[in-house]
Amino acid sequence: MNKQTKESPIVDVQNMSKSFGSTQVLKSVNLSVQPSEVMCLIGPSGSGKSTLLRCIAFLEQYSGGNVFIEGEMLGYNDNTDVRKLTSTNELNHVRRNMGMVFQQFNLWPHMTALGNVTEALVRVKKFSRREANEKGHAILAKVGLAERAMHYPAQLSGGQQQRVAIARSLAMEPSVMLFDEPTSALDPELVGEVLQVMKDLASEGMTMIVVTHEMGFAAQVADTVVFLDQGEILVKGSPQEIFQGEKPPRLEQFLKNYMDRNAFWE
Amino acid sequence: MTFDIQVIIDHLPEIASGFGLTILCTVVAALIAMVLGLFVALGLMSKAAVFRYPVRLYVEIIRGTPFLIQLFLLYYGGPSFGLYLEPIEAGIIGLAIYCSAYFAELFRSGFNSISLGQLEAAQIMGFSKISVLWRIQIPQMMVLITPGLVNICIILGKETTILSIVTVPELAFVLTGIGSETYAYAETLTVLAISYLILSELTARFGSWTEKRLSKYMERSI
Repeated sequence: MNKQTKESPIVDVQNMSKSFGSTQVLKSVNLSVQPSEVMCLIGPSGSGKSTLLRCIAFLEQYSGGNVFIEGEMLGYNDNTDVRKLTSTNELNHVRRNMGMVFQQFNLWPHMTALGNVTEALVRVKKFSRREANEKGHAILAKVGLAERAMHYPAQLSGGQQQRVAIARSLAMEPSVMLFDEPTSALDPELVGEVLQVMKDLASEGMTMIVVTHEMGFAAQVADTVVFLDQGEILVKGSPQEIFQGEKPPRLEQFLKNYMDRNAFWE
Repeated sequence: MTFDIQVIIDHLPEIASGFGLTILCTVVAALIAMVLGLFVALGLMSKAAVFRYPVRLYVEIIRGTPFLIQLFLLYYGGPSFGLYLEPIEAGIIGLAIYCSAYFAELFRSGFNSISLGQLEAAQIMGFSKISVLWRIQIPQMMVLITPGLVNICIILGKETTILSIVTVPELAFVLTGIGSETYAYAETLTVLAISYLILSELTARFGSWTEKRLSKYMERSI
Protein backbone atom coordinates (compact mmCIF):
# COMPACT_ATOMS: atom_id res chain seq x y z
CA MET A 1 0.00 0.00 0.00
CA ASN A 2 2.43 2.60 -1.11
CA LYS A 3 0.51 5.76 -1.84
CA GLN A 4 3.19 8.36 -1.93
CA THR A 5 2.21 9.57 -5.39
CA LYS A 6 1.91 13.33 -5.43
CA GLU A 7 -1.71 13.70 -6.43
CA SER A 8 -3.60 16.66 -5.06
CA PRO A 9 -4.62 15.88 -1.49
CA ILE A 10 -8.26 15.15 -0.64
CA VAL A 11 -7.92 16.88 2.71
CA ASP A 12 -5.37 19.61 3.23
CA VAL A 13 -5.11 21.19 6.67
CA GLN A 14 -2.81 24.22 6.86
CA ASN A 15 -1.87 25.85 10.15
CA MET A 16 -5.19 25.07 11.75
CA SER A 17 -5.81 26.41 15.21
CA LYS A 18 -8.85 26.25 17.40
CA SER A 19 -9.72 27.72 20.77
CA PHE A 20 -12.62 27.17 23.10
CA GLY A 21 -12.75 30.45 24.99
CA SER A 22 -9.23 31.06 26.26
CA THR A 23 -8.18 27.40 25.95
CA GLN A 24 -6.29 26.68 22.79
CA VAL A 25 -7.07 23.09 21.80
CA LEU A 26 -5.33 22.99 18.42
CA LYS A 27 -2.08 24.77 17.69
CA SER A 28 -1.04 25.23 14.11
CA VAL A 29 -1.85 21.75 12.85
CA ASN A 30 -0.68 20.77 9.36
CA LEU A 31 -1.64 17.58 7.60
CA SER A 32 -2.66 16.40 4.20
CA VAL A 33 -4.39 13.23 3.18
CA GLN A 34 -3.85 11.78 -0.29
CA PRO A 35 -6.47 9.78 -2.19
CA SER A 36 -6.80 6.22 -0.79
CA GLU A 37 -4.67 7.10 2.22
CA VAL A 38 -5.75 5.81 5.63
CA MET A 39 -4.66 8.14 8.39
CA CYS A 40 -5.09 7.28 12.05
CA LEU A 41 -5.08 10.00 14.69
CA ILE A 42 -3.98 8.75 18.08
CA GLY A 43 -3.24 10.49 21.35
CA PRO A 44 -4.35 10.84 24.95
CA SER A 45 -7.82 12.19 25.70
CA GLY A 46 -7.87 15.96 25.56
CA SER A 47 -5.09 15.96 22.97
CA GLY A 48 -7.45 17.53 20.44
CA LYS A 49 -7.75 14.62 18.01
CA SER A 50 -11.55 14.56 18.02
CA THR A 51 -11.67 18.34 17.77
CA LEU A 52 -9.34 18.18 14.78
CA LEU A 53 -11.64 15.70 13.06
CA ARG A 54 -14.72 17.77 13.89
CA CYS A 55 -13.02 20.85 12.46
CA ILE A 56 -12.27 18.95 9.26
CA ALA A 57 -16.00 18.17 9.09
CA PHE A 58 -16.73 21.79 10.05
CA LEU A 59 -18.94 20.63 12.90
CA GLU A 60 -16.65 22.92 14.87
CA GLN A 61 -15.46 26.19 13.35
CA TYR A 62 -11.68 26.31 13.30
CA SER A 63 -10.39 29.73 14.24
CA GLY A 64 -7.08 29.99 12.38
CA GLY A 65 -5.53 28.48 9.29
CA ASN A 66 -7.15 26.92 6.25
CA VAL A 67 -8.75 23.63 5.39
CA PHE A 68 -9.18 22.54 1.80
CA ILE A 69 -11.34 19.61 0.77
CA GLU A 70 -10.40 18.53 -2.75
CA GLY A 71 -8.99 21.96 -3.36
CA GLU A 72 -12.00 23.87 -2.07
CA MET A 73 -11.84 26.07 1.02
CA LEU A 74 -13.99 24.69 3.84
CA GLY A 75 -16.31 26.86 5.85
CA TYR A 76 -15.00 30.32 5.10
CA ASN A 77 -14.91 32.73 2.18
CA ASP A 78 -11.27 33.57 1.94
CA ASN A 79 -11.33 36.03 -0.93
CA THR A 80 -12.08 38.98 1.33
CA ASP A 81 -9.83 40.63 3.89
CA VAL A 82 -12.11 39.74 6.73
CA ARG A 83 -12.89 36.04 7.03
CA LYS A 84 -16.57 35.30 6.61
CA LEU A 85 -18.49 32.06 7.06
CA THR A 86 -19.76 30.62 3.81
CA SER A 87 -23.45 30.05 3.24
CA THR A 88 -24.93 26.68 4.17
CA ASN A 89 -25.22 25.82 0.49
CA GLU A 90 -21.55 26.47 -0.19
CA LEU A 91 -20.59 24.55 2.95
CA ASN A 92 -22.74 21.60 1.86
CA HIS A 93 -21.16 21.78 -1.57
CA VAL A 94 -17.66 21.45 -0.13
CA ARG A 95 -18.81 18.74 2.28
CA ARG A 96 -20.72 16.73 -0.33
CA ASN A 97 -17.93 14.16 -0.64
CA MET A 98 -17.40 13.70 3.06
CA GLY A 99 -18.88 10.98 5.25
CA MET A 100 -18.67 10.84 9.01
CA VAL A 101 -19.12 8.06 11.55
CA PHE A 102 -19.54 8.96 15.20
CA GLN A 103 -18.66 7.32 18.48
CA GLN A 104 -22.32 7.29 19.53
CA PHE A 105 -23.52 6.07 16.09
CA ASN A 106 -26.11 8.86 15.97
CA LEU A 107 -28.63 6.82 14.05
CA TRP A 108 -32.15 8.17 13.80
CA PRO A 109 -34.04 5.89 16.21
CA HIS A 110 -37.44 6.35 14.58
CA MET A 111 -36.27 4.96 11.23
CA THR A 112 -35.37 1.40 10.26
CA ALA A 113 -31.82 0.52 9.24
CA LEU A 114 -32.94 0.89 5.63
CA GLY A 115 -34.65 4.18 6.44
CA ASN A 116 -31.46 5.51 8.01
CA VAL A 117 -29.43 4.55 4.94
CA THR A 118 -31.89 5.85 2.34
CA GLU A 119 -33.09 9.06 3.98
CA ALA A 120 -30.33 11.28 2.62
CA LEU A 121 -30.56 9.68 -0.80
CA VAL A 122 -34.21 10.72 -0.98
CA ARG A 123 -33.97 14.11 0.76
CA VAL A 124 -30.58 15.32 -0.43
CA LYS A 125 -29.78 13.43 -3.62
CA LYS A 126 -33.45 13.37 -4.71
CA PHE A 127 -33.53 9.66 -5.53
CA SER A 128 -36.95 8.10 -5.95
CA ARG A 129 -37.98 5.93 -3.00
CA ARG A 130 -37.54 2.81 -5.15
CA GLU A 131 -34.02 3.68 -6.35
CA ALA A 132 -33.02 4.63 -2.83
CA ASN A 133 -34.30 1.36 -1.39
CA GLU A 134 -32.46 -0.65 -4.04
CA LYS A 135 -29.23 1.13 -3.25
CA GLY A 136 -29.90 0.94 0.49
CA HIS A 137 -30.35 -2.83 0.41
CA ALA A 138 -27.14 -3.23 -1.59
CA ILE A 139 -25.12 -1.15 0.87
CA LEU A 140 -26.57 -2.87 3.92
CA ALA A 141 -25.57 -6.18 2.31
CA LYS A 142 -22.06 -4.80 1.88
CA VAL A 143 -21.73 -4.23 5.64
CA GLY A 144 -23.25 -7.65 6.32
CA LEU A 145 -26.68 -6.47 7.42
CA ALA A 146 -28.92 -7.52 4.52
CA GLU A 147 -31.18 -9.36 6.96
CA ARG A 148 -31.52 -6.41 9.29
CA ALA A 149 -32.87 -3.81 6.86
CA MET A 150 -36.27 -3.60 8.54
CA HIS A 151 -34.94 -3.48 12.10
CA TYR A 152 -34.99 -0.31 14.16
CA PRO A 153 -31.73 0.81 15.81
CA ALA A 154 -33.02 -0.22 19.24
CA GLN A 155 -33.40 -3.76 17.93
CA LEU A 156 -29.76 -3.97 16.81
CA SER A 157 -26.55 -4.59 18.74
CA GLY A 158 -24.04 -1.77 19.08
CA GLY A 159 -21.80 -3.27 16.43
CA GLN A 160 -24.71 -3.62 14.04
CA GLN A 161 -25.80 -0.06 14.71
CA GLN A 162 -22.34 1.24 13.94
CA ARG A 163 -22.30 -0.75 10.71
CA VAL A 164 -25.64 0.81 9.75
CA ALA A 165 -24.07 4.20 10.47
CA ILE A 166 -21.17 3.34 8.17
CA ALA A 167 -23.61 2.18 5.50
CA ARG A 168 -25.55 5.43 5.90
CA SER A 169 -22.41 7.42 5.13
CA LEU A 170 -21.35 5.14 2.27
CA ALA A 171 -24.71 5.59 0.57
CA MET A 172 -23.70 9.14 -0.24
CA GLU A 173 -20.58 7.86 -2.04
CA PRO A 174 -18.12 10.06 -0.18
CA SER A 175 -14.53 10.38 -1.31
CA VAL A 176 -13.30 10.63 2.27
CA MET A 177 -14.68 9.04 5.42
CA LEU A 178 -14.08 10.50 8.86
CA PHE A 179 -14.35 8.16 11.84
CA ASP A 180 -14.56 9.63 15.33
CA GLU A 181 -13.65 6.82 17.75
CA PRO A 182 -16.02 4.43 15.97
CA THR A 183 -15.48 1.53 18.36
CA SER A 184 -15.13 3.32 21.70
CA ALA A 185 -18.79 2.90 22.67
CA LEU A 186 -18.86 -0.80 21.84
CA ASP A 187 -18.57 -3.93 23.92
CA PRO A 188 -15.11 -5.44 23.30
CA GLU A 189 -16.71 -8.42 21.58
CA LEU A 190 -18.42 -6.22 19.01
CA VAL A 191 -15.38 -4.13 18.08
CA GLY A 192 -14.07 -6.70 15.61
CA GLU A 193 -17.03 -6.66 13.24
CA VAL A 194 -16.85 -2.88 12.90
CA LEU A 195 -13.08 -2.87 12.37
CA GLN A 196 -13.51 -5.57 9.72
CA VAL A 197 -15.90 -3.37 7.75
CA MET A 198 -13.41 -0.53 8.02
CA LYS A 199 -10.55 -2.76 6.87
CA ASP A 200 -12.59 -3.81 3.85
CA LEU A 201 -13.24 -0.19 3.04
CA ALA A 202 -9.56 0.65 3.31
CA SER A 203 -8.58 -2.21 1.03
CA GLU A 204 -11.09 -0.97 -1.55
CA GLY A 205 -9.18 2.28 -1.62
CA MET A 206 -11.42 4.52 0.50
CA THR A 207 -9.66 7.60 1.86
CA MET A 208 -10.09 7.55 5.63
CA ILE A 209 -9.22 9.64 8.65
CA VAL A 210 -9.74 7.63 11.82
CA VAL A 211 -9.55 8.88 15.39
CA THR A 212 -9.00 5.73 17.36
CA HIS A 213 -7.68 4.01 20.43
CA GLU A 214 -7.34 0.74 18.52
CA MET A 215 -3.57 0.58 18.12
CA GLY A 216 -3.84 -2.79 16.40
CA PHE A 217 -6.04 -1.31 13.72
CA ALA A 218 -3.70 1.65 13.31
CA ALA A 219 -0.70 -0.66 13.00
CA GLN A 220 -2.32 -2.96 10.46
CA VAL A 221 -4.38 -0.65 8.31
CA ALA A 222 -3.03 2.89 8.50
CA ASP A 223 -0.68 4.36 5.91
CA THR A 224 0.07 7.24 8.24
CA VAL A 225 -0.24 7.49 12.00
CA VAL A 226 -0.40 10.89 13.63
CA PHE A 227 0.24 11.30 17.34
CA LEU A 228 -1.29 14.39 18.89
CA ASP A 229 -0.54 15.78 22.31
CA GLN A 230 -1.86 19.00 23.80
CA GLY A 231 -3.20 20.24 20.49
CA GLU A 232 -0.04 19.67 18.51
CA ILE A 233 1.14 17.01 16.12
CA LEU A 234 4.08 15.50 17.96
CA VAL A 235 4.96 12.73 15.54
CA LYS A 236 3.68 11.74 12.12
CA GLY A 237 4.85 8.69 10.21
CA SER A 238 4.21 5.19 8.98
CA PRO A 239 2.98 2.67 11.57
CA GLN A 240 6.51 1.17 11.62
CA GLU A 241 8.05 4.53 12.44
CA ILE A 242 5.47 5.27 15.13
CA PHE A 243 5.27 1.90 16.83
CA GLN A 244 8.74 0.47 16.29
CA GLY A 245 11.10 3.36 15.64
CA GLU A 246 12.83 5.82 17.91
CA LYS A 247 10.11 7.65 19.85
CA PRO A 248 9.91 10.91 21.75
CA PRO A 249 9.30 10.31 25.50
CA ARG A 250 5.65 11.45 25.39
CA LEU A 251 4.75 8.89 22.71
CA GLU A 252 6.80 6.22 24.50
CA GLN A 253 4.80 6.87 27.66
CA PHE A 254 1.45 6.91 25.83
CA LEU A 255 2.13 3.58 24.17
CA LYS A 256 3.40 2.09 27.43
CA ASN A 257 0.18 3.12 29.20
CA TYR A 258 -1.77 1.56 26.38
CA MET A 259 0.19 -1.69 26.65
CA ASP A 260 -0.14 -1.79 30.44
CA ARG A 261 -3.89 -1.30 30.21
CA ASN A 262 -4.24 -4.14 27.76
CA ALA A 263 -1.78 -6.50 29.40
CA PHE A 264 -3.42 -9.27 31.32
CA TRP A 265 -0.75 -11.96 31.17
CA GLU A 266 2.88 -11.49 31.98
CA MET B 1 -84.47 14.07 47.23
CA THR B 2 -85.46 15.99 44.13
CA PHE B 3 -82.88 14.76 41.66
CA ASP B 4 -85.02 14.61 38.54
CA ILE B 5 -83.30 13.08 35.55
CA GLN B 6 -86.37 13.83 33.41
CA VAL B 7 -85.13 17.40 32.88
CA ILE B 8 -82.03 16.05 31.18
CA ILE B 9 -83.97 13.60 29.02
CA ASP B 10 -86.31 16.38 27.87
CA HIS B 11 -83.39 18.53 26.71
CA LEU B 12 -81.27 15.77 25.27
CA PRO B 13 -81.05 17.14 21.70
CA GLU B 14 -79.79 20.54 22.92
CA ILE B 15 -77.33 18.88 25.27
CA ALA B 16 -76.04 16.66 22.49
CA SER B 17 -75.49 19.63 20.19
CA GLY B 18 -73.70 21.47 23.02
CA PHE B 19 -71.50 18.46 23.58
CA GLY B 20 -70.73 18.32 19.85
CA LEU B 21 -69.76 21.98 19.83
CA THR B 22 -67.51 21.49 22.86
CA ILE B 23 -65.69 18.70 21.04
CA LEU B 24 -65.47 20.79 17.87
CA CYS B 25 -64.02 23.78 19.76
CA THR B 26 -61.54 21.54 21.58
CA VAL B 27 -60.30 19.76 18.47
CA VAL B 28 -60.09 22.81 16.20
CA ALA B 29 -58.46 24.97 18.89
CA ALA B 30 -55.98 22.20 19.74
CA LEU B 31 -54.96 21.80 16.11
CA ILE B 32 -54.47 25.52 15.58
CA ALA B 33 -52.65 25.79 18.91
CA MET B 34 -50.23 23.01 17.94
CA VAL B 35 -49.34 24.59 14.61
CA LEU B 36 -48.98 28.01 16.24
CA GLY B 37 -47.08 26.46 19.15
CA LEU B 38 -44.63 24.83 16.76
CA PHE B 39 -43.72 28.19 15.23
CA VAL B 40 -43.50 29.76 18.66
CA ALA B 41 -41.20 26.92 19.79
CA LEU B 42 -38.95 27.48 16.78
CA GLY B 43 -38.87 31.17 17.67
CA LEU B 44 -37.92 30.34 21.26
CA MET B 45 -35.04 28.18 20.00
CA SER B 46 -33.88 30.66 17.38
CA LYS B 47 -30.28 31.81 17.58
CA ALA B 48 -31.33 35.28 16.46
CA ALA B 49 -32.32 37.51 19.37
CA VAL B 50 -34.69 39.51 17.11
CA PHE B 51 -36.89 36.41 16.93
CA ARG B 52 -36.22 34.98 20.34
CA TYR B 53 -37.01 37.94 22.59
CA PRO B 54 -40.40 38.95 21.13
CA VAL B 55 -41.50 35.31 21.09
CA ARG B 56 -40.36 34.86 24.69
CA LEU B 57 -42.38 37.96 25.63
CA TYR B 58 -45.44 36.49 23.87
CA VAL B 59 -45.12 33.25 25.83
CA GLU B 60 -44.68 35.06 29.15
CA ILE B 61 -47.71 37.31 28.56
CA ILE B 62 -49.97 34.46 27.46
CA ARG B 63 -48.93 32.20 30.32
CA GLY B 64 -48.99 34.99 32.86
CA THR B 65 -52.53 36.25 32.29
CA PRO B 66 -55.86 34.46 32.85
CA PHE B 67 -57.60 32.97 29.84
CA LEU B 68 -60.82 34.76 30.75
CA ILE B 69 -59.12 38.16 30.41
CA GLN B 70 -57.52 37.17 27.11
CA LEU B 71 -60.88 36.07 25.76
CA PHE B 72 -62.60 39.26 26.93
CA LEU B 73 -59.88 41.36 25.32
CA LEU B 74 -60.29 39.49 22.05
CA TYR B 75 -64.10 39.47 22.00
CA TYR B 76 -65.10 42.71 23.77
CA GLY B 77 -61.86 44.62 23.25
CA GLY B 78 -61.35 43.48 19.66
CA PRO B 79 -63.85 45.91 18.08
CA SER B 80 -61.78 48.83 19.43
CA PHE B 81 -58.99 47.61 17.15
CA GLY B 82 -61.35 46.90 14.26
CA LEU B 83 -61.53 43.20 15.04
CA TYR B 84 -65.10 41.93 14.96
CA LEU B 85 -65.40 38.25 15.75
CA GLU B 86 -68.32 35.91 16.17
CA PRO B 87 -68.40 34.36 19.67
CA ILE B 88 -67.31 30.98 18.36
CA GLU B 89 -64.47 32.48 16.32
CA ALA B 90 -63.24 34.49 19.27
CA GLY B 91 -63.55 31.39 21.46
CA ILE B 92 -61.54 29.13 19.20
CA ILE B 93 -58.87 31.71 18.36
CA GLY B 94 -58.58 32.70 22.03
CA LEU B 95 -58.18 29.11 23.15
CA ALA B 96 -55.63 28.43 20.41
CA ILE B 97 -53.52 31.42 21.39
CA TYR B 98 -53.76 30.54 25.07
CA CYS B 99 -52.65 26.96 24.55
CA SER B 100 -50.02 27.77 21.93
CA ALA B 101 -47.77 29.16 24.66
CA TYR B 102 -47.99 25.92 26.63
CA PHE B 103 -47.50 23.78 23.54
CA ALA B 104 -44.49 25.89 22.57
CA GLU B 105 -42.70 25.27 25.86
CA LEU B 106 -43.51 21.57 25.62
CA PHE B 107 -42.28 21.32 22.03
CA ARG B 108 -39.11 23.15 22.94
CA SER B 109 -38.32 20.71 25.74
CA GLY B 110 -39.04 17.82 23.36
CA PHE B 111 -36.73 19.21 20.68
CA ASN B 112 -34.01 19.71 23.26
CA SER B 113 -34.05 16.09 24.33
CA ILE B 114 -33.09 14.86 20.86
CA SER B 115 -29.34 14.23 20.88
CA LEU B 116 -27.23 16.81 19.08
CA GLY B 117 -25.29 14.03 17.37
CA GLN B 118 -28.34 12.97 15.37
CA LEU B 119 -28.59 16.47 13.98
CA GLU B 120 -24.87 16.62 13.23
CA ALA B 121 -25.18 13.37 11.29
CA ALA B 122 -27.89 14.96 9.16
CA GLN B 123 -26.03 18.24 8.88
CA ILE B 124 -22.90 16.66 7.46
CA MET B 125 -24.94 14.72 4.92
CA GLY B 126 -26.28 18.00 3.58
CA PHE B 127 -29.89 17.91 4.79
CA SER B 128 -31.75 21.20 4.59
CA LYS B 129 -33.02 22.62 7.89
CA ILE B 130 -36.59 21.94 6.80
CA SER B 131 -35.82 18.27 6.06
CA VAL B 132 -34.12 17.86 9.43
CA LEU B 133 -37.08 19.45 11.18
CA TRP B 134 -39.72 17.53 9.30
CA ARG B 135 -38.07 14.10 9.07
CA ILE B 136 -35.88 13.90 12.16
CA GLN B 137 -36.87 16.41 14.82
CA ILE B 138 -40.67 16.64 14.69
CA PRO B 139 -41.42 12.88 14.55
CA GLN B 140 -39.22 12.18 17.57
CA MET B 141 -40.30 15.27 19.46
CA MET B 142 -43.98 14.31 19.10
CA VAL B 143 -43.34 10.87 20.59
CA LEU B 144 -41.28 12.25 23.46
CA ILE B 145 -43.92 14.76 24.48
CA THR B 146 -47.10 12.69 24.06
CA PRO B 147 -47.83 12.54 27.82
CA GLY B 148 -47.49 16.31 28.16
CA LEU B 149 -49.48 16.86 25.00
CA VAL B 150 -52.39 14.84 26.38
CA ASN B 151 -52.23 16.91 29.55
CA ILE B 152 -52.55 20.19 27.71
CA CYS B 153 -55.37 18.82 25.55
CA ILE B 154 -57.31 17.80 28.67
CA ILE B 155 -56.87 21.27 30.14
CA LEU B 156 -57.86 22.82 26.83
CA GLY B 157 -61.01 20.68 26.71
CA LYS B 158 -62.06 21.87 30.14
CA GLU B 159 -61.24 25.52 29.42
CA THR B 160 -63.95 25.49 26.73
CA THR B 161 -66.43 26.11 29.57
CA ILE B 162 -65.17 29.69 29.64
CA LEU B 163 -66.45 30.18 26.10
CA SER B 164 -69.98 30.08 27.57
CA ILE B 165 -69.30 33.51 29.07
CA VAL B 166 -69.05 35.00 25.57
CA THR B 167 -72.25 33.10 24.63
CA VAL B 168 -70.77 30.27 22.61
CA PRO B 169 -73.56 27.68 22.79
CA GLU B 170 -71.30 24.85 23.92
CA LEU B 171 -72.09 22.32 26.61
CA ALA B 172 -71.64 24.54 29.67
CA PHE B 173 -73.73 27.30 28.06
CA VAL B 174 -76.55 24.88 27.21
CA LEU B 175 -76.63 23.13 30.57
CA THR B 176 -76.36 26.21 32.76
CA GLY B 177 -79.10 27.71 30.60
CA ILE B 178 -81.37 24.74 31.24
CA GLY B 179 -80.43 24.94 34.89
CA SER B 180 -81.52 28.53 35.32
CA GLU B 181 -84.77 27.95 33.38
CA THR B 182 -85.83 24.87 35.30
CA TYR B 183 -83.98 25.39 38.59
CA ALA B 184 -82.62 21.84 38.12
CA TYR B 185 -79.12 22.98 39.04
CA ALA B 186 -77.98 19.76 40.62
CA GLU B 187 -79.03 17.67 37.63
CA THR B 188 -77.60 19.91 34.94
CA LEU B 189 -74.31 20.60 36.71
CA THR B 190 -73.81 16.92 37.51
CA VAL B 191 -74.34 16.02 33.87
CA LEU B 192 -71.95 18.83 32.93
CA ALA B 193 -69.25 17.53 35.23
CA ILE B 194 -69.71 13.95 34.05
CA SER B 195 -69.51 15.06 30.41
CA TYR B 196 -66.12 16.70 30.94
CA LEU B 197 -64.97 13.68 32.88
CA ILE B 198 -65.87 11.47 29.92
CA LEU B 199 -64.19 13.85 27.49
CA SER B 200 -60.99 14.00 29.55
CA GLU B 201 -60.92 10.26 30.06
CA LEU B 202 -61.32 9.66 26.32
CA THR B 203 -58.48 12.08 25.58
CA ALA B 204 -56.25 10.34 28.10
CA ARG B 205 -57.07 6.88 26.72
CA PHE B 206 -56.45 8.02 23.17
CA GLY B 207 -53.18 9.56 24.32
CA SER B 208 -51.82 6.45 25.99
CA TRP B 209 -52.91 4.32 23.03
CA THR B 210 -50.95 6.54 20.63
CA GLU B 211 -48.01 6.67 23.00
CA LYS B 212 -47.81 2.87 23.12
CA ARG B 213 -48.01 2.59 19.36
CA LEU B 214 -45.46 5.31 18.72
CA SER B 215 -42.86 4.47 21.34
CA LYS B 216 -42.58 0.84 20.29
CA TYR B 217 -39.40 1.52 18.34
CA MET B 218 -38.16 4.54 20.21
CA GLU B 219 -36.50 2.76 23.12
CA ARG B 220 -33.24 4.39 23.92
CA SER B 221 -30.63 1.75 23.40
CA ILE B 222 -27.66 4.03 23.99
